[in-house]
Amino acid sequence: MSGTGPPGGGPAFSEAQLAEVRRLQRLYPDRQAALLPVLRMALESWGHISSEAESYVAGLFDLSPAHVHEVVTFYTLFFPAPVGRHVLSVCQNLSCSLLGAETMIGYLEQTLGIAAGETTPDGRVTLLRVECLCACEVAPMMQVDDEYVGGLTREKIDAVLGGLA
Amino acid sequence: MTAAPVLSRNFDRPEALTLAGYRASGGYEALSRALRLGPEGIAAEVRKANLRGLGGAGFPTATKWGFIPAKRTGPVYLVVNADEGEPGTFKDRYILERDPHALIEGLLITAFAIGSHTSFVYIRGEYVRSWRIFAAAVAEAEAAGYLGARVLGSDFGHRVVVHRGAGAYICGEETGLISSLEGKKGWPKLKPPFPAIKGAFGQPTVVNNVETLAAVPPIVLHGGEWFAGLGSKTHGGTRLYSVSGHVGRPGVYEASVAIPLRQLIARAGGVAGGRALKAVVPGGASAPLLRADEIDVTMDVDGLKDAGSMAGSAGVIVMDETTCIPEALHVVARFYAHESCGQCTPCRECTGWIFKITGRILAGKGVPQDPDTILDVARRGGGTTICAFYDGAIGPYISYVEKFRAEFDYHVRHGACDVRARGH
Repeated sequence: MSGTGPPGGGPAFSEAQLAEVRRLQRLYPDRQAALLPVLRMALESWGHISSEAESYVAGLFDLSPAHVHEVVTFYTLFFPAPVGRHVLSVCQNLSCSLLGAETMIGYLEQTLGIAAGETTPDGRVTLLRVECLCACEVAPMMQVDDEYVGGLTREKIDAVLGGLA
Repeated sequence: MTAAPVLSRNFDRPEALTLAGYRASGGYEALSRALRLGPEGIAAEVRKANLRGLGGAGFPTATKWGFIPAKRTGPVYLVVNADEGEPGTFKDRYILERDPHALIEGLLITAFAIGSHTSFVYIRGEYVRSWRIFAAAVAEAEAAGYLGARVLGSDFGHRVVVHRGAGAYICGEETGLISSLEGKKGWPKLKPPFPAIKGAFGQPTVVNNVETLAAVPPIVLHGGEWFAGLGSKTHGGTRLYSVSGHVGRPGVYEASVAIPLRQLIARAGGVAGGRALKAVVPGGASAPLLRADEIDVTMDVDGLKDAGSMAGSAGVIVMDETTCIPEALHVVARFYAHESCGQCTPCRECTGWIFKITGRILAGKGVPQDPDTILDVARRGGGTTICAFYDGAIGPYISYVEKFRAEFDYHVRHGACDVRARGH
């Protein structure tokens, strides 16, 4: 996840990415429907969606930056500020809570030396509390970047953290 | 009464992930049959089947399809709700990841029945694995001519657009989902107009849940009467129960829509560790709580309605005797406060207010009138909002407090938990 924009010129997609934006826009009866997929591209390119990125994406759709800002801040997966190289999202909803989610969050906070919502000083891990990820059969569970990890115990958390670069 | 599985028939057949593997067990036979049967014939079987929406609302599926106007000039869209998010529910993920072609076949038959040539499958953003597997199945179906300009060589053309959400529970509400699909924040829309008249991109639209669509091929193949016979008088078929919490074997269980709750819990291994049952959420977080002495109910729409709860998404959360109910309500209240989209004042304010109250009760700072304030606030907001989100939140607010009032009062009086004080 690194900036690909021109030096000093703010965020910008490559030619290949712009072709993908146009393909996505043609996929729907109204090209605005491609906004969420394109914001995902922005997130994957730059690691977060800054206000400059919002304005840039707005320009690709002839939308107001305010509309794009409203969309970005509505959804939990569009990070408006930088996050760590890895994002750990621990479910705090009912089934996970019944089976010890709070203990697991406490252990993660203690091990990482940060509170939920924060990023380790070395930029390695961001720890988040999230609502139901719909994997209650393996509660307590968390999402580690793209992967679901269930049946959490202290030992399993140690193993997961040990595997994160 | 564990009959042959219908919706979970391929869950333990990894080969079903490929087109060839899915076909090997009769996959896409229903599609061929449906193309011969014609739109009216399909709708008639689904009507006879008493299939109800399995996402949560339980609305009769054929009736929903029937709202699409016969006279129209523009396109009709099928939107597949794969934005699974109801706490305690995980069965759509099993279909997406273990039997993706069943969903493709179901959506194709449904699209043919309602005259739709484009469908949008809206998958929740966190379901990365589900999305990868489902998108691969779509690509394979396209390459083999099951999707495209001429489905199985017929005059019926259909394309599927796989669309990913970005993290918002409200997008599981069908009009919130449509707003999100259109590139906006997921605010639900005032009805009428209903999506069948003016839905996605302003066109007539049917929004169906993943499991609902996966039920369509078996209905077409074996007949509506057969499917209806698997359920109760007004609610047909089997469905996928997500069972979690304090049970021995949490997981997805397929059973009749009318299975007795007690029997379902037993199938999931009973209460874990031999402890006593305290309460059960029978249909996802929004379904009112049942006490241990209230579980002799059947799980169909009418059975749970008569018991003062709801069938909802069939997400069953089991709580044993060690559960602190005020704490459980606090967890649920935090969820509703976080997920309220903020559009309607009663929902935005009441979800936040109740979360504050449960928070201070748990912190030992509750005041004697707090439990009554929760009930009062909950009741005042009901029926005043654009969508059913707040009405769903009321179910837990009221039922947790009313059914376990003594625990709330104890917390307020003593600043601590009597469940924990008893040594749990």
